[in-house]
Amino acid sequence: MGIIKASRLIYDYIRRDEEDHVEEVNRAIDGLELDIKAGDFVAILGHNGSGKSTFAKQVNGILLPTEGTVWISGMKTTDENHIWDIRKTAGMVFQNPDNQIIGNVVEEDVGFGPENLGVPTEEIWRRVDESLEAVGMTAYRLKSPNKLSGGQKQRVAIAGVMAMKPQCIILDEPTAMLDPNGRTEVIRTIHELNRKEGITVLLITHYMEEVIWADRVIVMDDGHLVMDGTPREIFSQVKELKGYRLDVPQVTELAYELKKEGVELPDGILTIEELIEHLLPVLQSAGAKAVKDS
Amino acid sequence: MIREITLGQYYPVDSVLHRLDPRTKLFGTMVFIVSLFLADSLAAYGVATVFLVLVIRLSKVPFSFMVRGLKAILFLLLISVSFNLFLTPGTEIFRVGFLKLTWEGLRLAGFMALRLIYLVIGSSVMTLTTTPNELTDGLEKSMGFLNRVGVPVHEISMMMSIALRFIPILVEETDKIMKAQMARGADFESGNLVQKAKSMVPLLVPLFISAFRRATDLAMAMEARCYHGGAGRSKMKPLHYARRDYIGYLVYLVYLVAVIVI
Amino acid sequence: MSIRAEHINYLYGEGTAFEQYALKDVSFEIGDGQFVGLIGHTGSGKSTLIQHLNGLLRASSGKIYYNGEDIYQEGYDMKALRSRVGLVFQYPEHQLFEVDVFSDVCFGPGNQGLSKEEKEERAREALHLVGLEERFWTQSPFELSGGQKRRAAIAGVLAMRPEVLILDEPTAGLDPRGRDEILDEISALHKEKRMTIVLVSHSMEDIARYADRILVMSHGEKLFDAPPKEVFRHYQELERIGLAAPQITYVVQRLREQGILLQEDITTVGEAKAAILRLLGKGGSEA
Repeated sequence: MGIIKASRLIYDYIRRDEEDHVEEVNRAIDGLELDIKAGDFVAILGHNGSGKSTFAKQVNGILLPTEGTVWISGMKTTDENHIWDIRKTAGMVFQNPDNQIIGNVVEEDVGFGPENLGVPTEEIWRRVDESLEAVGMTAYRLKSPNKLSGGQKQRVAIAGVMAMKPQCIILDEPTAMLDPNGRTEVIRTIHELNRKEGITVLLITHYMEEVIWADRVIVMDDGHLVMDGTPREIFSQVKELKGYRLDVPQVTELAYELKKEGVELPDGILTIEELIEHLLPVLQSAGAKAVKDS
Repeated sequence: MIREITLGQYYPVDSVLHRLDPRTKLFGTMVFIVSLFLADSLAAYGVATVFLVLVIRLSKVPFSFMVRGLKAILFLLLISVSFNLFLTPGTEIFRVGFLKLTWEGLRLAGFMALRLIYLVIGSSVMTLTTTPNELTDGLEKSMGFLNRVGVPVHEISMMMSIALRFIPILVEETDKIMKAQMARGADFESGNLVQKAKSMVPLLVPLFISAFRRATDLAMAMEARCYHGGAGRSKMKPLHYARRDYIGYLVYLVYLVAVIVI
Repeated sequence: MSIRAEHINYLYGEGTAFEQYALKDVSFEIGDGQFVGLIGHTGSGKSTLIQHLNGLLRASSGKIYYNGEDIYQEGYDMKALRSRVGLVFQYPEHQLFEVDVFSDVCFGPGNQGLSKEEKEERAREALHLVGLEERFWTQSPFELSGGQKRRAAIAGVLAMRPEVLILDEPTAGLDPRGRDEILDEISALHKEKRMTIVLVSHSMEDIARYADRILVMSHGEKLFDAPPKEVFRHYQELERIGLAAPQITYVVQRLREQGILLQEDITTVGEAKAAILRLLGKGGSEA
């Protein structure tokens, strides 16, 4: 069993009227089976309303299964005795950077989690120092969060989770409200944490550019897991992805379109470099048509 | 606009005052306020002035930051000064209609203005040198005895701290909502009182909904970071009195005696 | 119809120690029926700029003319300007407030002093234009999905029948399909209703696909003002100010460096596909 495991997971949002009668049942997750290996960088894709955010909230016990089970490091999320162990093992970063920072000063916010866990003062300081260093925000430790950019706020939120010494971080669309620079900044930070600290990452997003370096990509639709594989495997199925209201990076799409017209290219091209590497020989060997610049 | 509010804003530099225990600063502010009401001679105000100037110098916060808070009370200041000026009976200097300017009035108005200005600057010194978290920590600890009579001191101080963090965010949001509605032709300025009240609906509804949404988000984020009330919590910045705090208390005592005696 | 800005300066905190230029000597003219993309990193002044165009902010110096009329002249009807230059802000949550979608869309026309019939007529028209189905009209705007909220917010501005529509990042936070749907609808307003559009976006790919002119802002100044193909040619300068050209531009650039004869100004997947297929002698069935 991996660090995160879900078995026959079902979750219903239930709307009740004033008399507590069930008015509407909305099944957000429908029989999900998933096993995530420790140390992996896993991206979960899916359009709005596909159930990916609901799943994220299952992982650290903010929501509990209607049916089925979720285990974090072998602990069942429904086990009340372990709820704080689960939350510190699987830390969570949310979409809106403003609505998850509690402290009025950066370092105090990072210390919030350890304080709640009853960590001794000296150890809190050590953890705050390390976490701020890990996300590259040490220089801002005495600043007010309101003075930071969106990307910086999200890095503070990540540091706040890191200070709880988690084994795994779940990020629920952490870049949806950021500009391109902020997005790059946050994605770079979580890749570093994954690589250097061995933290398992569960990144929920709908920006395709952010998942090409993941170890594994999962696509959710309508509460089901519909695709599961390496980025290359997933991105070679352009038509399917579009069917799930998703998109692919421009280079992937161009390669896919050219291949459809009979140009010999491998499946699932992800980067500009890859496309050039494979397209250039094809163009050069086409000879006369591809004339050299004189 | 409302962004000018300085009260509750922290000015991050390193000074002796910044390093003082928040309880010392809270107590000091109280002593200073009390002294302003006890002082009734020019000399006593002289002592208060010297004390305030010294404290400001020690804080390393630029003077311009201290006086910014005064803008908010300018109106109050004008009213109380003019009331005192013209409505105090005593030796007349001159009179315009029924308004009579007296020596006593002049003196009282002067003291009143000084008292208000010093009061605002004095409390600004505290909020500018103390982070809101330290402040609420200080309150929490000094009011800890109230816990025994069932007052949820920790929860109240946590609420204050969160409120302080979200005030600037909500102020900015109000500005954005106003602009979005003005772009749809909304008018927040003209009309009578009823019309004005009605025109606030398109502003207040989105603001409340957003505040609720932020509150739910924040509650979830706090839970995700293992917050479960004050029990079993440790402190990143526990409050300890250092030598400088004892010196601080000594200075207050000397100051208070000086104001009373003079 | 046109918007003309002449030497616009805008200062934050004028007269204080924190005085800072948010806009610095910005001049341009947006003609009737254009589709202008406005780009720049956060804090480049683009949001400040669009708020000048409908008079929500007043320039510290400089002039703005709408249809040749100086909007800063005495007695100019700012309220009328705001209904002719419609501005949709980034977050629909900042404007939706009524009990149902339909009444919310009626808010704008109501402020124009129109009769009930006229108001509702315009609301219906606007809701159809953004493709919001009738079953949503009686719903609370707060229960709509992200994409539908966006539509309701755009309809709320369209119901005033503006001649110019300015949208501040209308696709932020939407999933890829939701993003394409909104952009297609905006494009339809431009093509079918001949509406002048100013689209603020972070996505070069989107701008390349829809805009026929790009304004690039950086540190409060206008850096470029040209058709997309020309602007993307300066991709190195764009990178220097924290932006980037569409991925395709880089592919074409790299191939050209290797001696492959492709036109420099290719910016979309469709164009690149056609050009490469032509080189390979496969004709290129579509453009």
